[in-house]
Amino acid sequence: MRSQNEFSYGGDASVKRPELNQEVSDKEWDNFVYNRKSLRGKHLELWHHVSGCRQWFKVQRDTTTHEIFKTAKMNEEI
Amino acid sequence: MQKYSVFSLIKNAFSDHMNWEVAWKDPTPKKEYDVIIIGGGGHGLATAYYLAKEHKITNVAIIEKGWIGGGNVGRNTTIIRSNFMYDANGRFNEFGMELWRNLSQELNFNVMFSPRGIINLAHSDAQMNAYARRGNSMRLNGIDAVLLGREEVKKYIPMADFSDDVRFPIFGGLMQPSAGTARHDAVAWGYARQADSMGVDIIQHCEVEGFNITNGKITGVRTSKGEIKAKKVGLCVAGSTNILAEKLNMTLPIETHCLQACVSEPVKPLLDGVVTFGAGHFYISQSDKGEMVMGGDLDGYNSYAQRGNLPTIQHVLTGGLALFPFLSRLKMLRTWGGIMDMSMDGSPIIDKTHIDGLYLNCGWCYGGFKSTPVSGWTFAHTIAQDRPHELNSELSLNRFSTGHLLDEKGIGTKTWIG
Ligand SMILES: Cc1cc2nc3c(=O)[nH]c(=O)nc-3n(C[C@H](O)[C@H](O)[C@H](O)COP(=O)(O)OP(=O)(O)OC[C@H]3O[C@@H](n4cnc5c(N)ncnc54)[C@H](O)[C@@H]3O)c2cc1C
Repeated sequence: MRSQNEFSYGGDASVKRPELNQEVSDKEWDNFVYNRKSLRGKHLELWHHVSGCRQWFKVQRDTTTHEIFKTAKMNEEI
Repeated sequence: MQKYSVFSLIKNAFSDHMNWEVAWKDPTPKKEYDVIIIGGGGHGLATAYYLAKEHKITNVAIIEKGWIGGGNVGRNTTIIRSNFMYDANGRFNEFGMELWRNLSQELNFNVMFSPRGIINLAHSDAQMNAYARRGNSMRLNGIDAVLLGREEVKKYIPMADFSDDVRFPIFGGLMQPSAGTARHDAVAWGYARQADSMGVDIIQHCEVEGFNITNGKITGVRTSKGEIKAKKVGLCVAGSTNILAEKLNMTLPIETHCLQACVSEPVKPLLDGVVTFGAGHFYISQSDKGEMVMGGDLDGYNSYAQRGNLPTIQHVLTGGLALFPFLSRLKMLRTWGGIMDMSMDGSPIIDKTHIDGLYLNCGWCYGGFKSTPVSGWTFAHTIAQDRPHELNSELSLNRFSTGHLLDEKGIGTKTWIG
């Protein structure tokens, strides 16, 4: 068990940056930068072990109970 | 409606206060309304009041899933201010200050508006320069702002730690003397009572579960008490905005986060106005009862839990102790949290939507209590006239895609950083 204080939050992990070398519509860019579902219940998110091993990783957490279901490395799918 | 006054108080004392009229009724929903407001927080209640008063639209229902005032309007630390840099935010909130000044008289309900000033502390020359700039911008919009030096700050808060060997020595601060606090519950109750007296139905313990939309036009809402038709629907659900947006197939520039606050045991008058210690993630005021009312940053991750976790409270109070060492001798009475509709630029949204007859009021972050009157006033106008008022024309939903952000803090979209 690690203290919560060691970790910092990086936001919604399901957001995908539009492809670099393709035409991007304003709507797509808007969705990527600003619009968020902010789900109640299971939420896939990024965390940073900032005061520890400094790895970024993915967490699936309940946004009402804070129960953590799964964690994964950045290159793994949940 | 019974008028509240010293005479009605004396009269009712003779009957042991058993004969007061109910402040608002408990009606069963009608089949149809001209306007339905979802959410009986400060903003929903104020909107209904101004719809009736300013626009003579009285066939209105407020639909509240819990009880009125049980959301953020009853959980906030009641700071009221208009110390903004951008014109749109400054003008909007300064108009709000005008409404606050007369609110107790207007509602015939003592909202205990107490303009004792706010000081934002500065801890470097760079921060003093930034505050000078903000103060000048405020004054250009007719908002009072005073740049205080270290010695002047000391006059207001002599009990703060003014030593030089602290992490954030006090260089000075920016003061808005006309800012202050009010009694949050009274604001909700005052608006509710007046709205009810003008014919608005306040329907509590009724949750909106879905929307009826035909050919791109809203026709009503589906609730836990059945379907209710409406020509127009306004959303004022603060921290539940994302949940209702999902039911509308809308994705908004909003994230839901938890903000906590806490109060100490009451003590004699000690602190006059509000003091914010941004560098220490801490702010404080003293309530009329004498409690120290304190808060700081968000818990820092998406949350729908209306209570927070201990590390944030410890963090807030660590900052508090650094500024005001006397706090170490006070006992804490309680802590609580509320869920906030954090917009991606820190400013609110009051606008129409792509659905005909559906209007949006959200994105209040941790500062929506101060805007309760002006939010209701402008939202009522937006709904009644089907177009924004000049005051909220820049608080638009499409400012994110067009790039016309109102990012007062200049921190971009990571609203949880605080
Ligand atoms: C700890 C804390 C401190 C704060 N401090 C300050 C401060 O010092 N100054 C300041 O200006 N602001 C402050 N705020 C922010 C302020 O409280 C909010 O921005 C503001 O109250 C939001 O507007 P409201 O009053 O309408 O929200 P609420 O009171 O939350 O109203 C929304 C209502 O909608 C209802 N609802 C939700 N979903 C549904 C549904 N599906 N059907 C029916 N009803 C529904 C909810 O039950 C709720 O009653 C603070 C907030 C918190 C939590």
